Amino acid sequence: MVAGLLLGGFYAAVSLGVSVIFGLLDIANIAQPAFLLLGAYAAYLMNTSFALDPILTGILFTPLFYLLGAVVYRVYYESFERRGEESLRGLVFFFGLLFIIEVSLSLKFGVDYRLVQAGYIGKSIDLGGVGIAFRLLVPCLVGIGMTVALYLFLGRTFYGRAIMAVSQDRLALRLMGADPVHIKTIAFGVGIAAASLAGALLVTIAPVVPSTDRDYIGRMFATTVLGGMGSIPGTLAAGVILGMVESLMSTFFGPSWSLAVSFGILLIVLAVRPAGLFGR
Amino acid sequence: MARAVLAGVLVIAGGILLAYLRVNPYLYFAGYVILQYVVIATAWNILGGYAGYVNFGTPAFFALGAYTAVFLIQWVRAPLPVLIVGGGLVSALLGLGIGYLTLRLRGVFFSIATLALAVVLQTMIINWEYVGGSRGMSVIRPPGPPFGSYVTFLFTVMLSLAVVAVMVARFIERSWIGRGLAALRDNEEAAECMGVPTLRLKLFATTVSGFLLGVAGAPFPYYVTFVEPNSAFALDYAVNALAMPMIGGTTSWIGPVIGAVLLGTAQQLATVTISSELNLFIVGVVLVAFVVLAPEGLLGLVRRLRGR
Repeated sequence: MVAGLLLGGFYAAVSLGVSVIFGLLDIANIAQPAFLLLGAYAAYLMNTSFALDPILTGILFTPLFYLLGAVVYRVYYESFERRGEESLRGLVFFFGLLFIIEVSLSLKFGVDYRLVQAGYIGKSIDLGGVGIAFRLLVPCLVGIGMTVALYLFLGRTFYGRAIMAVSQDRLALRLMGADPVHIKTIAFGVGIAAASLAGALLVTIAPVVPSTDRDYIGRMFATTVLGGMGSIPGTLAAGVILGMVESLMSTFFGPSWSLAVSFGILLIVLAVRPAGLFGR
Repeated sequence: MARAVLAGVLVIAGGILLAYLRVNPYLYFAGYVILQYVVIATAWNILGGYAGYVNFGTPAFFALGAYTAVFLIQWVRAPLPVLIVGGGLVSALLGLGIGYLTLRLRGVFFSIATLALAVVLQTMIINWEYVGGSRGMSVIRPPGPPFGSYVTFLFTVMLSLAVVAVMVARFIERSWIGRGLAALRDNEEAAECMGVPTLRLKLFATTVSGFLLGVAGAPFPYYVTFVEPNSAFALDYAVNALAMPMIGGTTSWIGPVIGAVLLGTAQQLATVTISSELNLFIVGVVLVAFVVLAPEGLLGLVRRLRGR
């Protein structure tokens, strides 16, 4: 139960990028989990070569992933959005990207499980008879920190408000003198950077293999849709719900069922209430 | 129509002749995979290319066909034709189900839902011990196959299935059904307003597509003789099902066939000469290159060159 709660904070971190890119920009970036994995492998590489803390690496690498995201968006924009055929071919484009990144990772790192070392991994704290492992607590706290930071960014800063505006009315934004493509590039970069940082959290929690990304497609999109497409507090709430349901399922029915939870939730939410819990 | 049937019969006859010749056994082994992809790509294209609903859940339908076959083998040792029809029908039911899903989900949401479907189904199979669970299960081929080897026999079976699938796709494309699907692909609301029965057409497309994907999966247990969830639900099927029609061209029945033959052959060669990991990498790169640079596929390129 507690583990589920902590896992929830982490799931929220994982899904923030999708909330921005899919929820606000309306770009179905299926490749998002691949960037999560890229972030995880970046943290792994720095950890094994220079003994850097995985989460610190994650933060250090965010500018790089921001640029990567900006480049991906530009390619996407030039090839699809400008021609007005974004939805279906764009989806295929991102699916191909997901596949390329996954296969590249397995060519480079092989299909063995990779994990990181850090001082706090393996330790735990005792709170009223419940042991809380630091490897879960730290990612959860960072995840909540990311959620708060993104919430403040979107609500308080000029660029943040512009991103919210682009999701509502593109023409009005253009009339106000801001370039929607520029704003969307920033938002896409932020989304990818958030995914890479979440990847560093991922490798802290558990070892990764290149095919881990498939497990997270469902979790990311389930959390985003359940949270109401682009609502940041909704993403946190949905992440916690997903984490709890998953850990209950794996306690009572065994861990092999836990993966079906996110996709099951996704299917049910899509079929019953596509607007999600916090939807407009 | 009559000419198409004649052409189909000739292709099958050619395949049987090839099977009698008993050339290098690897030819049949690789040919089966390529023909299987012809069926998969054609089936995917009926929904994805004609109706414009992108299905990421191809592995779900394929594996459902394969596992229906495993179940039937386990239960009554059913013969191959029963396996194929059975696998097709069960997959068709799933197709009908996702057809009703299109009532509420369009575009991107539909695609994500199909992806979710594949994972949920895989989890169910993993937890179902009767068909092998996560460990998988070996299947014993029936004795005394024609042409001396079972793989050669399966090659002719898959060739016939591919011919049937392509003829079904061609028939759909040229009938009023194809025109209706094209109308709803371009603008679903407008099509509905013009009196196109969109729901019935979508249900038809998802069911036929599901049936053919199941049919492609049904002989799979006898081909590999060991079925386990990871190979039956491989993401490769989803990527290939998408990539092949995209490369060939999605608006015509010949597009997926061209794509499947080209990409399938290239993959077989790459698997032998380089490595299977790298060949998947190539598929991904080719897919992305085509959607970015040649969104109409090879057919579109040819058309553009002729136009000038």
